[in-house]
Amino acid sequence: MATIEISCIHVWREISNYIDGEIDPELRRRMEEHFKGCEHCSAIFDGARNVVRLIGDGRAFDLPAGFSERLKKRLEEKIGG
Amino acid sequence: MPAPRRTVRDPQEEIALIERVCAGEKHLFYELIQPYERSVYIAAHSVMQNEADAEEVAQEAFLKAFGNLASFRKESKFSTWLIQIAINEARMKRRKDRKALYDSIDEPQTDDEGDYFPRDFADWREIPSETLQRNELRRALEKALAALDAKYREVFIMRDVQHLSITETAQALGITEASVKTRLLRARLQMRDALAPGFDGAWRVGDGSWKKVRPW
Repeated sequence: MATIEISCIHVWREISNYIDGEIDPELRRRMEEHFKGCEHCSAIFDGARNVVRLIGDGRAFDLPAGFSERLKKRLEEKIGG
Repeated sequence: MPAPRRTVRDPQEEIALIERVCAGEKHLFYELIQPYERSVYIAAHSVMQNEADAEEVAQEAFLKAFGNLASFRKESKFSTWLIQIAINEARMKRRKDRKALYDSIDEPQTDDEGDYFPRDFADWREIPSETLQRNELRRALEKALAALDAKYREVFIMRDVQHLSITETAQALGITEASVKTRLLRARLQMRDALAPGFDGAWRVGDGSWKKVRPW
């Protein structure tokens, strides 16, 4: 079955939903077909996915040192325990 | 490097803890919220954008959660409920601080605009794992996050840092699921624009398999 081509702009609009698996199989297929032939959209996709991986790694955000101790103290002061 | 801590707690155990705290065992409150310290802090930080304010807001949010614990509906997720309180606290504080500074009204809640066009087509295939520990990367992430509009940043943090579902994100931020999706797209593309070119110079390791494509 021939795939109906989609434009780059259409691909960018859906790239985030594509990463999240929030698109129907037909659109997914058309996007995958587009990525094969479009270097630019592949680069955008790789980059966006890398952003998600980097930020989701969990190491980018730490609690400030002493956070838990100060929270515990504040809770004890305010609500007792 | 230790893997990021993932909190898994039996929901039944959590409900039992909530009931005990509500019944007067206040000393169990910290144990109840301890797994969510980080989520609540990150939620507060996504709005406040600085450590001191985010910590203050997080503490206030936990106190508010304690005061309202009896009104927590067991069918929703406790973590989402806490995050929602933190977001509200943070927004209130931001509004108050702004008022004190400029005596201005709240920022207009503009609707999501049209398409976002990528700034370039920098090719960014790999993330060498060691870069995750590098301070330059952390700083670059902070800078890129700070440059996002609050409405995009908040959604991005909820989804891609806190790993909330689209529904939970909509609930925590008080917006529609459609808005979550469009704002997330915008945030991810803008973050890519900010980070992909930097990957070349600032913190890239390894050989130069890098190339930039600018068709216009």
